[in-house]
Amino acid sequence: MATITATEAGTAPPPVRRGRSKLRLRNTLIGWSFILPNFLGFGLLTLIPIIVLFYMSFTNWNVFGKADWVGFANFERLLGDGSFRISVLNTLYYSVLHIPLTIAVSLGLALLLNNKLRGVAFFRTAAFFPYITSIVAIAVVWNLLFSPEYGPINEFLRFIGIQNPPGWLTSPQWAMPAVVIVGTWRDMGYYMILFLAGLQTVPRELHEAARVDGAGVWQRFVNVTLPCLRPTMFFVTVMLTINSFKIFDLILVMTDGGPGQSTLVLSQFIYRKGFEESQFGYASAAAVALFFMCIIVTILQFLWNKKRSN
Amino acid sequence: MAATEIQKEADQLVADFTPPKASRRGLRKLAEESPEHEVIPTEKMTPGRRIGRIAMYAGLIVFAIGLLTPFVWMVLSSFKSANEVFSVPVTWLPETWVWQNYIDIWTESNMLVWIRNTLFLAVVVTFLQVLTGSFAAYGFARMKFRGRDVLFLLYVGTIAVPWQSYMIPQFILLSNFKVSNTLWAIILLQAFGAFGVFLMKQFYETIPEELSEAARLDGLSEYAIWRKIMLPLSIPALASLTLLTFVNTWNDYLGPLIYLRNPDLWTIQLGLKSFVSNLFDTNYALLFAGLTISVIPIAIIFLLGQKYFVEGIATSGLKG
Repeated sequence: MATITATEAGTAPPPVRRGRSKLRLRNTLIGWSFILPNFLGFGLLTLIPIIVLFYMSFTNWNVFGKADWVGFANFERLLGDGSFRISVLNTLYYSVLHIPLTIAVSLGLALLLNNKLRGVAFFRTAAFFPYITSIVAIAVVWNLLFSPEYGPINEFLRFIGIQNPPGWLTSPQWAMPAVVIVGTWRDMGYYMILFLAGLQTVPRELHEAARVDGAGVWQRFVNVTLPCLRPTMFFVTVMLTINSFKIFDLILVMTDGGPGQSTLVLSQFIYRKGFEESQFGYASAAAVALFFMCIIVTILQFLWNKKRSN
Repeated sequence: MAATEIQKEADQLVADFTPPKASRRGLRKLAEESPEHEVIPTEKMTPGRRIGRIAMYAGLIVFAIGLLTPFVWMVLSSFKSANEVFSVPVTWLPETWVWQNYIDIWTESNMLVWIRNTLFLAVVVTFLQVLTGSFAAYGFARMKFRGRDVLFLLYVGTIAVPWQSYMIPQFILLSNFKVSNTLWAIILLQAFGAFGVFLMKQFYETIPEELSEAARLDGLSEYAIWRKIMLPLSIPALASLTLLTFVNTWNDYLGPLIYLRNPDLWTIQLGLKSFVSNLFDTNYALLFAGLTISVIPIAIIFLLGQKYFVEGIATSGLKG
């Protein structure tokens, strides 16, 4: 770009150059004018709060807006805080269960619904409905379905011969698996759509060729479908990880972190410290932890993806 | 030099952050019909294939039960009497159909106020999001100017930053502006998301550049190109964005929970949740009637616009 202007400046009279930079300025102004309305809101409500967050995490900001610089005190306190450690571990526990389960279910569904079967079109859209149903409705209904004594789930389990069905949301061991089941039920349709879109990019010829070579269903899945789905798989994993790390509303409405602290997750720890106990500085330090958890895992996944695609 | 590198990096990031594009036709097919696989007449099937098909239908049935049971349970329970919801053994059909639940819910709760608030929020937020999102998307997709790529990188970067991590500084900021505990807080919170920008930018980039080039030669300003050419051409994407934003705002729970303390401002989600927690002896049948009412608008919108939901998700992949 710069070289062209230079040669032109040599042959053409200066006004052209001035016109050019004027045009550029004009374009810049017009360009910014397009983005500005959205950017005002985005900058004010997203970018600035993110920057302020880091400042707050080094202060003892409280409900009166009084803030003194305390250095790393909040972070040191976090390290010794049992509830914080539990909330991080629970978040990881949720993620470790939720991510593989959701990938398996939504990919399985996508493969199933990619076949010509009766009713497929209906299910493709119906599967998405839980994802757009409000969290309150989902939580209330599932809470009753999971009810140890009155719930249909345990009645079914007793019916098929399980004498002592789990207490689900009333049991510290089973509360998190129950939340994971509901989380997966809610999200499966969303990720299924992504996988279905990815499956449309798998060339049919590849499948045909593999079939001719005598590859079975499983071999074709592993050697043809999965490699073709790699970009989708990457995207899904990144989004699932971020969404699992920040899990909050489902837990807030279903268990409120209980019983005890068995489903207390990181986002809820931040919410409690910030909005219920008004320790804004301390809560911000925990929020910084969540921030870095998401950023670091995302960057790692990007690097891993780059390495594999090279 | 640095600018081109940044642009490359930004393009790569966007490419990585968006699901691989199937062709638009492919996506549309995805929403509307079953895939065009050859149909093998049943009598020509090998036993293995037949077993495979039976297994597939079995899978479909299991899936259908898992998918629909909670909804069926919710609707059926909304017609039960208060005690019957907890009957042992579990009964599915109401003994007598209590239609009264659907009348009582309006008098025993502030349902009408909640719905009015939610509707107001959803409409205003959707309008602003579609307007500012598509406007900004034009700038990102069609204008070349200094700072564009860095700016876009900022937008992309926030995908990896959960709202939960900056909700506290945001709350303090909005409280200082005295908008906390007003409906404006939710409008500000939801209306300027990056989601609309991504979705519209994705779509604008599929529209041939020559169209706007020709319009430019005809002397149309950039604003006129956006309004007269891009907007009419992007109606499917606008529909996707409208529906997704509307549903998102209707269902939002965390935003209203933090910002709306005054019961007169509550949205339907907050209201129904308060119904659960405030009364020890909650009338669950009544609650289920309320939940059903809250889900019905979403179901209708979804049934009317399912194609746009699927396309919107499949092209942008980002939500929440």
